[in-house]
Amino acid sequence: MEQKHTISILVNDQPGVLTRVANLMGQRGFNIDSITVGQSEEPGLSRMIIVTSGDDRTIEQIMKQFHKLIDVIKVQHLSSGPMVSRELALIKVEATPVTRAEISGVIEPFRASVVDVGPASLVIQVTGDSHKIDALIELLMPYGIKELSRTGVTAISRGVATLAKV
Amino acid sequence: MSTDTAMVDNREASLPPIEMGEEMSGSDMLLRCLLLEGVEYVFGYPGGAVLPIYDSLYSSRLKHILTRHEQGAIHAADGYARATGKPGVVIATSGPGATNLVTGIATAHMDSVPLVCITGNVAQSLIGTDAFQEANITGITLPITKHNYFVRNVEDLPRIVKEAFHIATTGRPGPVLIDIPKDVNNATAPFYYPETVKLRSYNPNVKPNNLQIERLAKAIKEAKKPVILAGGGIVAAGAEKELLEFAERTNIPVIPTFMGLAGFPGTHPLCPGMPGMHGSYASNQALLNTDLLINMGARFDDRITMGRTKEFAPNAKIVHIDIDPAEIGKNIDAYIPIVGDVKNVLLAVLAKAERADSDAWVEQIQAWSKQHPYSYKPSPEGRLKPQRAVEIMYESTGGDAIVTTDVGQHQMWVAQYFKFSNQRSFISSGGLGTMGFGFPAAIGAQMAHPDQTVISVSGDGGFQMNLQELAVVANHNLPIKIVVINNNCLGMVRQWQELFYDHRYSQIDLSVSVDFVKLVEAYGIKGLRASTEEEAERVWQEAMNTNGPVFVEFVVESEENVYPMVAAGNTLDQMVLGDEE
Repeated sequence: MEQKHTISILVNDQPGVLTRVANLMGQRGFNIDSITVGQSEEPGLSRMIIVTSGDDRTIEQIMKQFHKLIDVIKVQHLSSGPMVSRELALIKVEATPVTRAEISGVIEPFRASVVDVGPASLVIQVTGDSHKIDALIELLMPYGIKELSRTGVTAISRGVATLAKV
Repeated sequence: MSTDTAMVDNREASLPPIEMGEEMSGSDMLLRCLLLEGVEYVFGYPGGAVLPIYDSLYSSRLKHILTRHEQGAIHAADGYARATGKPGVVIATSGPGATNLVTGIATAHMDSVPLVCITGNVAQSLIGTDAFQEANITGITLPITKHNYFVRNVEDLPRIVKEAFHIATTGRPGPVLIDIPKDVNNATAPFYYPETVKLRSYNPNVKPNNLQIERLAKAIKEAKKPVILAGGGIVAAGAEKELLEFAERTNIPVIPTFMGLAGFPGTHPLCPGMPGMHGSYASNQALLNTDLLINMGARFDDRITMGRTKEFAPNAKIVHIDIDPAEIGKNIDAYIPIVGDVKNVLLAVLAKAERADSDAWVEQIQAWSKQHPYSYKPSPEGRLKPQRAVEIMYESTGGDAIVTTDVGQHQMWVAQYFKFSNQRSFISSGGLGTMGFGFPAAIGAQMAHPDQTVISVSGDGGFQMNLQELAVVANHNLPIKIVVINNNCLGMVRQWQELFYDHRYSQIDLSVSVDFVKLVEAYGIKGLRASTEEEAERVWQEAMNTNGPVFVEFVVESEENVYPMVAAGNTLDQMVLGDEE
């Protein structure tokens, strides 16, 4: 069955490593919902979090193919166990002095915050899992979203969970 | 000079040893690395960005073969690698030199051939400026190399070369490219060659899991209709002897894939021949009826499964042995997955497996072979049939030759009618299907084995894609038997247009090409031609008795098709047997 999966890969912090990973996805016909890269706990290594969708067989194949890359050190199937996943979004929404207070009310239960106020707009910052961000975007849609920028998902396993590895 | 800091190249012990810590240029380092890796030949072509390397070559003991095109160089390096199991090395300049390697890299990548490809690039100060002869070759070759490197500092060069050879030749072999900008080749540093490779992220698993070996031994005991599908992995692992011993001890028939043809004796009673699209009736029947399919280093390619993976070997438990874990479950799920070097797997299972209860099954397969062997109608007028041409070559050598082919009909006829038994004796582009591969590959094979008979078989189409390398054959007086089976057209394309495009023959006519015999004579190579069976036998004898290069043109009719055939999209039970006698 097609499902969303979150995969964590630990890679050498080498020029071109993101290209290698992204290219592999394209070459093998795997889709990328999001991909994020940043420092890891170890100097010289980066961690990438990839959200993709596919059936179990496809995911197994993706993980094996990642592992074949010489610059890939570890591949983990994060979503096969308990994990925390977070995304950050910046949303520029149309706002007049009249609607500002109303928008503040809408975002409050999401623990989102206003990070910029312009004459005719607000920039709202929200973090959470992707569903939460989707929900807030939907609620803000009627006011007019002028720009939207999402970071993509970063994620980590909970506790000392053992994860499916390749 | 203290001995503990000096590494001696034992190949030519009379020459001065290479001293560690000696200050030298990047290009000198490169050549020293190649010598320390035991490289015998490099194939290549000079140009602006590799001038420093070629200047270093001028005073090096490394043997360089100057081809007439970079594509010829890389296919020759590939042929050398396939004929020896050692890595092939090729050098090309930046830009067009590097991009001319691309087809050869992809060819080697698809067939898991170890190559180390060295390209020059413009100086780093010019990288990214669209400088003269600049190409992003690491970017271009990313999907077709096992790994590639762009060298930023001269100090890193020896480590990178060491890693490149390690990666190319271990695990599932493949091509590795090293792109060296001109400033790195010119820069100097003290030379230290690392003795070992430390790659945290690369540890191929070569030892099989014992539990799975037990399961395999048990499955063999229970099977009534077992078969082995023996792929290119057998050849890559050098496991021919072990496979033969295993097959004979367990009485399990061996179906070699196209890439595995030289992995098991083609004349053996347990061998019904190649399976798949143009495979034998017996092998395809065996795959349809087997209850235990043991895949050893094959990848369930679509020319065998016909892309119908769900209907493939429908009654069989599948055992899949591969050194590359990603191959297992890629196309077909495995009941028993075994990751490891197939030679290790065979040795492990040899210690446990017993003779299978397969006598009736072996007899059944042999009956299928008798019922529908590969066959063709001889020409009533005595004209030469291409299949007969291959038979003549086989009969005269008894299979004791290295045969390279190009791609198309002649390739299938060689696969069907030439029976291989020597290790690494069949060299052909199986995965990528590269026309123009076979002839330059024969150059590499003959360089590697100067005393063996090397036969290069091409069609008139593919031969014209790299015939410029005739100059190399003449220059080095390589005793290759260069065969062109000339049907004056692109035969395989013609066959598909006849069968699937209603005889609409579009752009396949090559009848206005060249007088091949005169052409090779212009290179100073002896040229022979035959168009009847009787002529063919005489001409081939003459070719076999010729010392030095010889060219043979077998002129055949355009209309001959390759049979048997399973049309793309059909399953293996839907074979067209063609015009049997």
